[in-house]
Amino acid sequence: MAQVKEYIGKVKPDWCAGCGDFGVLNALQRAIAELDIAPHNVQVVSGIGCSSNLPGFINAYGFHGLHGRSLPVASGAKLGNHDLTVIATGGDGDGYGIGVGHFVHTCRRNIDMTYIVMDNQIYGLTTGQASPTTEKDVRTKSTPEGTIELALSPIALALTCGATYVARGFSGENLHLAQMMKGAIEHKGFAVVDVFSPCVTYNKHNTYPWFRERVYKLEDEKHDTNDFRLAMEKSFEWGARIPIGLFYKVDRPTYEDQEPALRSGKALSKQPLQRNDLASFMEDFL
Amino acid sequence: MGMAQQHTELTVWIGGAAGDGIASAGESFAKACSRSGYHVFAYNSYQSVIRGGHVCMHIRIGTHKVHTQGDELDYLVALNQDTLQRYGKRVMPGGAVFYNTEKFQAAPAQVGKGVQLIGLPVMELVGNQQMQNTALMGALMQVLGLDPAAIRELVKERFAKKGEEIIKANLNAFDKGMAFASVKAKVGEIRIGKGDGKRRPLAGGNPMVGFGAVAAGCRFYSAYPMTPASSLLHWLVKYAAKAGVLVKQCEDEIAAVNMAIGAGHVGVRAATGTAGGGFALMTEAVGEAGMTETPVVIVEVQRGGPSTGLPTKTEQADLFQLLGASQGEFPRVIFAPRTVAECYDVAIQAFNLSEKYQCPVLITSDLYLAERLETFDGVNITNVPIERGPMVSSSNGNGYRRFLDTPTGVSPRALPGTPGTIYTSATDEHDEDGIVISDVFTNPAIRVKMMSKRMRKMEHILKELPAPTIDGPQDADLTLVSWGSTYQVMLEAMEVLKQEDLKVNVLCLRNIWPFQGEQVAALLNKCKMTMSVEANYTGQIVKLIRMETGISIQHHLRKFDGEPFEPKQVADQARTILKTKPKTSVFASVVSDEGIPADFSPIENPAVGAEAQRQH
Repeated sequence: MAQVKEYIGKVKPDWCAGCGDFGVLNALQRAIAELDIAPHNVQVVSGIGCSSNLPGFINAYGFHGLHGRSLPVASGAKLGNHDLTVIATGGDGDGYGIGVGHFVHTCRRNIDMTYIVMDNQIYGLTTGQASPTTEKDVRTKSTPEGTIELALSPIALALTCGATYVARGFSGENLHLAQMMKGAIEHKGFAVVDVFSPCVTYNKHNTYPWFRERVYKLEDEKHDTNDFRLAMEKSFEWGARIPIGLFYKVDRPTYEDQEPALRSGKALSKQPLQRNDLASFMEDFL
Repeated sequence: MGMAQQHTELTVWIGGAAGDGIASAGESFAKACSRSGYHVFAYNSYQSVIRGGHVCMHIRIGTHKVHTQGDELDYLVALNQDTLQRYGKRVMPGGAVFYNTEKFQAAPAQVGKGVQLIGLPVMELVGNQQMQNTALMGALMQVLGLDPAAIRELVKERFAKKGEEIIKANLNAFDKGMAFASVKAKVGEIRIGKGDGKRRPLAGGNPMVGFGAVAAGCRFYSAYPMTPASSLLHWLVKYAAKAGVLVKQCEDEIAAVNMAIGAGHVGVRAATGTAGGGFALMTEAVGEAGMTETPVVIVEVQRGGPSTGLPTKTEQADLFQLLGASQGEFPRVIFAPRTVAECYDVAIQAFNLSEKYQCPVLITSDLYLAERLETFDGVNITNVPIERGPMVSSSNGNGYRRFLDTPTGVSPRALPGTPGTIYTSATDEHDEDGIVISDVFTNPAIRVKMMSKRMRKMEHILKELPAPTIDGPQDADLTLVSWGSTYQVMLEAMEVLKQEDLKVNVLCLRNIWPFQGEQVAALLNKCKMTMSVEANYTGQIVKLIRMETGISIQHHLRKFDGEPFEPKQVADQARTILKTKPKTSVFASVVSDEGIPADFSPIENPAVGAEAQRQH
């Protein structure tokens, strides 16, 4: 097993002291180390937001792209070189707001990669506006009288759209979170890990104590991860008790398994560029 | 029976409603002609909004190179009454109109003098209305006096999957059509001489961009369907499994371009393609590729704008969208191929430059170039140049800097998966190691260094571009100036005017950005008079040339009705300028005559709208 320190990046995280994202980063480094995947075989892709700065803080190849577009870039990277372990990371605004269209369709595709969302229920980098997971009636900088819209349920959305590994973690339960991530990376298919990652600066509502009072582990209640209907039911459990853990897992052929251009098994990035069969394409025009 | 005249070219139009199989019949005819050694140019004009969706394919064949669809109509295959009403009077004397007598009635008054009306009772002849087009093709080939061998061969190829029965039935219909015409019709008076027997390839711009991409080693194409870029997607899908190209239809253009960037980041030659509206959605990602120095090729096939505009019509009005796409400044390359063969060459060059200089390369064509069918002499398919620029395949473990500042601005690239060269590509400003300097350590000196490094690539790209040239006589009295698909219509106008001893030449730009200012200025400074020819309202290439050289093109011809320029329209305006030598700038715009009254009301026509909705 590799050492966690091998995965520590060159740059020290610039997150606020106490930010939930530290725990997410640590858990991710632990998960990859436990799986013994060499840093150069890991590609981390993110969008924009506090949490999307993560690629710079981990010793792995990184792509820190546009707001909301981590999943298409990650999909292209995985389809382009499926020998890489591809992990997309970002926040709730990035993934469930501006990028939600990609989230929906990436779930349908079942590309073998992992998506970790640091869900703090607020827009942190832009100083505290409501996000798609901000609870109804919560006051934020952009909703001084409370939010009018309902909060989106990432777990329910991932389930209905076809994600094949759907889990939730809590930054305050680091070892548990690392296990969720480890399972996600090991899972052959599209794995979603939504993480309660409190924003200590702008979200004074969903705080560490708030979560500690409420979260319980599905594993402790002998949850059946093969039961889709039960997973859907649990995905809406919110209030006095909030479940974390693995909601649902199913084996389904991946996109790569079914893609004609990948039948040879050889990654596209390793295919030769020079071709000697061009005359046969020319026949189409004759 | 008059003596059949020997022409060097002739034009056939096949018109009817959408769903009548016009494209299929037209393509078969075009291909039969190209296989018989003729030069061919075919343009399918979808008359999309009027009378339930009207389609008319213009096929011009010649014993010499035919540059455009032309302006004349010799033979008309009318699959409905509307086609006859619109174009009947335009058929040249000595020509003919072919139709199915069981579909509608035609009267001699509907065509001009000396035009044969050849009506086939299709049901009576072949017992099946579905064979209408094949029977009419038989009659057409008989009257034109063309060898039916090639079209019979095509019938066999087209229906090969449907079995012997269907092939037999179609060949029978074709023969019956021929036999009917040999008895009931006269040999056409407009006849074309023998072709040279050379079998030339026949293709459109979109397939040739696709073929060029395959030739360049492209292995990834992601797109969202949008007319007129969809036929590029379709061509690549058709050959995807064979060519080992992963073709991905995405949820939107934003996903399409970002997937291509993701694939490009890991070292796959990747592209995406769309029309102007889809490109607008891709805008932000163009800068992403520029900032992260990720190779990507983006194809933008222009159609009539603005907004949804004219989905099935042509225009050249996206130049400034391409030049200005995305915030900030970063290196980009823009090509506007001018011919079908050039679509192939430009695609190969685009992939090479995008990797060599690690930046986005945009290829822009338009519906007119993308969807035409044209014969060409061939393209280079052996030893296609592949240039990736400096790559790092292993590291000794110290000091790899992904964004190293170099004299060319190009930093050696290591692909993810390489041990010892780990880095992050960020859209935030970063230093040579890829470490973000935007948030905490904003550093003006590093910022200036990195901007300069990236932008420096442009001067080196400029040196790689082929020099712009002038076609035609160097001492011409008038130079026609344009970009992209307008090329061949200008060449044809030049040839027409040469017959009248009027000296015209052509400067049509293929390389748009980085702009070859010095070379273009040197060419323009030698011109006596200049006239721009652009399919847009505002004169976009005129503005770019003025911006980059300070030279103002003197006179202007524009067209923004959605139909391509006709050679006569260009020749007429050029002639006027040459004869009047105006002292002040003359601006003219032209419109195609599609046989529709100017006050035609789509609301009064119940069938309107259905076809307009069909292709977006």
